[in-house]
Amino acid sequence: MSEDTEALVRADVRAWLEANWDPNQGLVEWRNKLADSGWGMPTWPTEWFGKGMSSGLGTAVEEEFQNIGAIGVARAGIRMLAAATLLEHGSQMHKQKFLRRILTGEDTWCQLFSEPGSGSDLAGAITRADLKDGKWIINGQKVWTTSAHHAQFGLLLARTDWDVPKHKGLTYFVLDMEQPGVEVQPLRQMNGHASFNQVFITDAEIAPEFMVEGLGDGWKIATTTLMHERRGADGLRRWAMGTDRPERAYVEERTELATAMAPYKWYPQRMGRVDLVIERAKATDKFDDPTVRQEIAKLLILAKSAEWTARRAREAQAQGRNQGPEGSIGKLAASHVARLGNHVHTLISGADAMLTGTDSPMDGVIAEILVSTPAISIAGGTDEIQRNIISERVLGMPKEPRNDTDRPFRDVPRNMIR
Amino acid sequence: MSFSFTDEQAEFRSVLRRFLAEKSPTTEVRRLMETETGYDQEVWRQLSQGLGLTAIHIPEEYGGQGFGFVELAIALEEMGRALLCAPYFSSIVLAATAIMNAGDEAQKRDLLPAIAAGDSRAALAFTEDNGRWDAAGVAMTATPMDGGYQLDGAKSFVLDGHTADLLVVLARQPGSTGEDGLSFFTVPGKAEGLTRRLLQSTDSTRKLAHLEFQGVPATLLGDAGGAAAPLSRTLDQAAACLANEMVGGAELLREQALDYAMLRMQFGRTIASFQTLKHKAADMLIDVELAKSAAYYAAAAADADDGDLPAMASLAKAGAGEAYMQTAIHAIQIHGGIGFTWDNNTHLWFKRAKSSEVFLGDPSYHRELMMQRWQD
Repeated sequence: MSEDTEALVRADVRAWLEANWDPNQGLVEWRNKLADSGWGMPTWPTEWFGKGMSSGLGTAVEEEFQNIGAIGVARAGIRMLAAATLLEHGSQMHKQKFLRRILTGEDTWCQLFSEPGSGSDLAGAITRADLKDGKWIINGQKVWTTSAHHAQFGLLLARTDWDVPKHKGLTYFVLDMEQPGVEVQPLRQMNGHASFNQVFITDAEIAPEFMVEGLGDGWKIATTTLMHERRGADGLRRWAMGTDRPERAYVEERTELATAMAPYKWYPQRMGRVDLVIERAKATDKFDDPTVRQEIAKLLILAKSAEWTARRAREAQAQGRNQGPEGSIGKLAASHVARLGNHVHTLISGADAMLTGTDSPMDGVIAEILVSTPAISIAGGTDEIQRNIISERVLGMPKEPRNDTDRPFRDVPRNMIR
Repeated sequence: MSFSFTDEQAEFRSVLRRFLAEKSPTTEVRRLMETETGYDQEVWRQLSQGLGLTAIHIPEEYGGQGFGFVELAIALEEMGRALLCAPYFSSIVLAATAIMNAGDEAQKRDLLPAIAAGDSRAALAFTEDNGRWDAAGVAMTATPMDGGYQLDGAKSFVLDGHTADLLVVLARQPGSTGEDGLSFFTVPGKAEGLTRRLLQSTDSTRKLAHLEFQGVPATLLGDAGGAAAPLSRTLDQAAACLANEMVGGAELLREQALDYAMLRMQFGRTIASFQTLKHKAADMLIDVELAKSAAYYAAAAADADDGDLPAMASLAKAGAGEAYMQTAIHAIQIHGGIGFTWDNNTHLWFKRAKSSEVFLGDPSYHRELMMQRWQD
């Protein structure tokens, strides 16, 4: 990308924004303009609401939006995973029907992958899709489904063939969530929040044209979705930057973000809140206790080293160097930090660590840390799976022998519960 | 503060790694660790006069190359990796740095060029029999005499103190306590009244000496009574350097344990295919990479010299201490029975990990120091 090109693009987008951006218009009306102009998703192809630009130019466009305070397309939640997956694997009809309403924020999506019997082993899904009278009939149970209670559509991974090895018998569908066979129930977590849902699917129907690519392509497409999962951070970032301006579009965006981000309210607590440790130790007169000081120091050393390791990885990447092993350990390091954070907060709180709610320190924030950190070593790939990934992909160690991939899925030992 | 090495720094590292692979194979480490001096004079000549490693962080006006602690740290990481037996840490990291921090202009011009050239090997004698790593622990006295000073007392745990040509010694004005009344002095290694004895160290790649001073004439280095601050600064810079040396050793141990696990067959498969070993290997990678980040950050903080160094040096030293020792324990365990034998090389690094864990202060000591120095 030459600097000239970037300057031209910036001038273009500024001119277009000056002519079109008006915070007093409705959010959907505005986002339809974004979709028509291509400025909402500049890195997407021109035939699908984009401008076919490089990611570098895309960032420049985003900066111009921020400079003028213009709202972008809807990004929060699972919808961008759906958009990225359909853009890559969907049919013409899928793109026509779904992409625009994803960008305008009119439709909410959810991801129906995990099941009670298959967490780490995602390809062991047993939700079934059977073709009857020209329709796919879906039966099974999905879990850890963010936003399912208000989603219009779900990205569904279901088994269509039980006589081939596990990865080959899965097919990818778009499920209409607003139909009688789909029942959504909140799933209450050990910390009292209910960020996720369980979805019970009983004889739900899918028309054949809502299969994504072909029979048996499900695992390949699910991999695309999972690769884009990191982009969920975009929504969080926009949330953090939120404004309290009174114009109509801003008000509508605030409502949208509040809904999309509600499940993540307790996420700072699950990270162990290292930021509170010194302040809390001073407040409880424990800061001079040599044992407490040692434990606080261990936590600070770990947290700082993890932060610098992430920076080291980013700098190597920015320089175009091969990223070393430092790039693969962030998630595990975060688990260690959270666990140690839990330990230190307990030490500092003493007997108060037995209390919760308004009877407990910081009106329950500390209590919430103590019962939230177990999530971090499970969600998004358990510590055990992370260690397998590091040892196999970074260190080149052999895989354990498996007894599930060399035979028809029908013959693979499975959980009793479903 | 940046973590990325420049192309020149990366090239420097690879040149050094090749040099050390050739000059410091484990056969040489094993030969030299059994000798009293503990180093090879020819290799010392090559690394000082050939590669200029003894001059890295010494300013050009004092015969050095004028690079910073980041470059010095690269050299140390590679030396730690190769377990180089040489009086490098003692002469360059400790003594030369102390002279740079404490000495006046004339003294720096007088003393540093020979050290930078590798012709003179210096050592920093500050610790005593009580094993304290701070200035306040010093009991040795310096009594004014004939326009100079005379030193009485004992120093211990002095790195390469038995062979050094020049000793930089910390002593106090009689009757003073704490950080007051402390001064640096220089004493020739062969001074009269000085008795030097090589201690039996567990890590025989690090030679430690006990020095008895009986009325030894000494020359004041820097300001009389003002040594506490330059000592503290020297120890912070040295701790940052030692952390880098340590992560070099830890990474080598991690790699060698992995290589062994990939070859060792039990129950009909390599032990590297067992999940318990794979998870241990992943944990070792995390320990080492986190400690590396902290060590690199501390070296950069030493160059930036912005008040961040004291806390960051302690952070890096404590982190590297835990990581190196833990990696060494895992490495022995992965090797199994063979790892506990003398012939297997793992114990050489295990012992270096142990001596490094303690030298300049163990992790608990540095965690407390870090807390005192922490700036939110």
